[in-house]
Amino acid sequence: MDLLEYQGKQLFAGAGVAVPAGEPAASVDEAVAAAERIGFPCVIKAQVLIGGRGKAGGIKVAKDVEEARTHAGAILGMDISGPRGEGPFRVHQVWVEEASEIDAEYYASVILDRSAKMPLVILSRMGGMNVEEIAEKDPGALVRLHVDPLVGLTGDDAVALAVDAGIDEDVVDGVAETLVRLYVAFNHNDATLIEVNPLIVTSHRRVVALDAKVTIDGAALFRHEELAAIEDPPEDPQERLAKEKGLTYVKLDGNVGILGNGAGLCMSTLDVVANAGGAPANFLDAGGGSKADAIVDALEVITSDPKVTAVLFNIFGGITRGDEVARGIIEAYERVDMDVPLVVRLDGTNSEEGLQLLAEANLDGLHNAKTMLGAAEQVVELAGK
Amino acid sequence: MSIIVGTDTKLVVSGLTGREGSFHGLRNRDYGTDLVAGVTPKKGGQEVDGVPIFDTVAEAVTEAGANTSMVFVPARFAAASINEAIDAGIGTVIAITEGIPVHDMLPTYWKAREAGVRMIGPNCPGALSPGKANVGIIPAQFFSQGSIGVVSKSGTLTYQIGNELKQAGLGNSSIVGIGGDPIVGSDFIDILELYESDPETELIVLVGEIGGDAEERAADYIAEHVTKPVVAYIAGFTAPPGKQMGHAGAIISGSSGTAEAKKKAFEAKGVQVGRSPSEAAAIAASIVNS
Repeated sequence: MDLLEYQGKQLFAGAGVAVPAGEPAASVDEAVAAAERIGFPCVIKAQVLIGGRGKAGGIKVAKDVEEARTHAGAILGMDISGPRGEGPFRVHQVWVEEASEIDAEYYASVILDRSAKMPLVILSRMGGMNVEEIAEKDPGALVRLHVDPLVGLTGDDAVALAVDAGIDEDVVDGVAETLVRLYVAFNHNDATLIEVNPLIVTSHRRVVALDAKVTIDGAALFRHEELAAIEDPPEDPQERLAKEKGLTYVKLDGNVGILGNGAGLCMSTLDVVANAGGAPANFLDAGGGSKADAIVDALEVITSDPKVTAVLFNIFGGITRGDEVARGIIEAYERVDMDVPLVVRLDGTNSEEGLQLLAEANLDGLHNAKTMLGAAEQVVELAGK
Repeated sequence: MSIIVGTDTKLVVSGLTGREGSFHGLRNRDYGTDLVAGVTPKKGGQEVDGVPIFDTVAEAVTEAGANTSMVFVPARFAAASINEAIDAGIGTVIAITEGIPVHDMLPTYWKAREAGVRMIGPNCPGALSPGKANVGIIPAQFFSQGSIGVVSKSGTLTYQIGNELKQAGLGNSSIVGIGGDPIVGSDFIDILELYESDPETELIVLVGEIGGDAEERAADYIAEHVTKPVVAYIAGFTAPPGKQMGHAGAIISGSSGTAEAKKKAFEAKGVQVGRSPSEAAAIAASIVNS
């Protein structure tokens, strides 16, 4: 689960990391009222889960009430796309924040290093650009420290890291203390990523987090009620419906609806369809032990996407039983409006019983395929362009 | 020989009194695995289909001689079960549970390493050595005894490939599912090392997917340390960045963790990569039969 900037800053504040004063606002009037309380100049920042907001016009400084009104009006409702083409994301909220006078911009992050199986703290005296750019321009300006999870990040380690990074001498202690607090926030909130870019030194030589990028481990939300409560439902209608039904679904932009059992087989199915010249419309893992109800739900979600012109079912039953899957398909034909062709490849446990059931049901628009590759070719042909 | 599980496996199942734990634990026993005990706190003294239940893993070790633990308990308690098995002196822990918080696994990973305990998973289908033992949820009927070692992040994709190998007349020394979580007890490298020294294994099939860099590190390791032929398959070429594809670890972060990068890493080290599960199985078959 990714947090919006202001949610991340609230989490930082809870861990004792200095952040600028600010208020969230969901309408122009709210934003103007917040700006008047905070004072001028203030900054109006679009709250969306992608980088590159500044370049897209989503961050503006307001010198007075009129400017606050103009900027909030322009930013709220704006669509912002990410630097890699993510989105677009619509701005539903802005964060109104006191303006900061900046002496220096640093970069700080704590990430889960999957290879090393340890948290990794990264610090740089070159902030304000992304970490890949820093690595490209001046790799020596990035210093890294792996933290033993059984020990944690000590103050001495943090000071040594700050010295190593070439942080201004008078703020070494302040930066080190911020790193330790960010590490504590990382641990206490089950984060897998905390990035502060920039971490600034103000004209009064205070160390302040001017931005916040935070990812929380979704598997740990059960012990963070306050974070679970602010998780927004997905904007995409199919993703929202899938989430309500407890299905693992990811929307893609093609026209071939796909269901597989197991994440690996499902990903592989998308690839095989793409190799056959098709464009997958989604990823949907019906999971191990898929029961008939889950199959009905899955078909309902997949076919609710108006772009879908054909559907591929790729099931290799291990724990999942072919006869259960077949019952689900038959039931779905009764309960869901199935107006697109369905190619079914059923293999593994009880697949013969399943195929027998499907043959007896004699469903309109249902095609059987024996192999995964054959199924992919058939569904691509049925889906058309 | 075989790896991870075999004829000397004495299995204790944490969570044997639960629905899933009893279903799969007893299925493993039916296959021939020596299931010696179950563990459920406060249910010590009971039995599940003739298998004694103990309150603690330590008792299962001293009373029943357990040396391998399978963890089937709910995610929020699973790391504690793994820790308990490590403390009890278990040699191999196989964690099937999906959805264990990463911050629970970080200390547990290091605890297992420091104690010299081999951990497989979590979020994995387990390990099967055909004809000898099955610990986990792998449907054994799709695999026969043979000389191909399989190591995979994915369950169902492994069944798909195993089934194609079987149809080509080939069997397996062992099948090990290492799991699809960001932090798993054993990486590809750990299992490759075991297959390399296993006399029964002639060829290794590695099944990877997007996310992390375990495949890239495996490619380097193969070039340095593995003399047996390795065939790879990678899933997720069409996965978009930033989206978790089912497994918690299957996510492309920025530009890292893509299937294309993993394929290139293998090919750069001379490892053949199949474009589909069928092609990977066909390449493996042609190498073994040549």
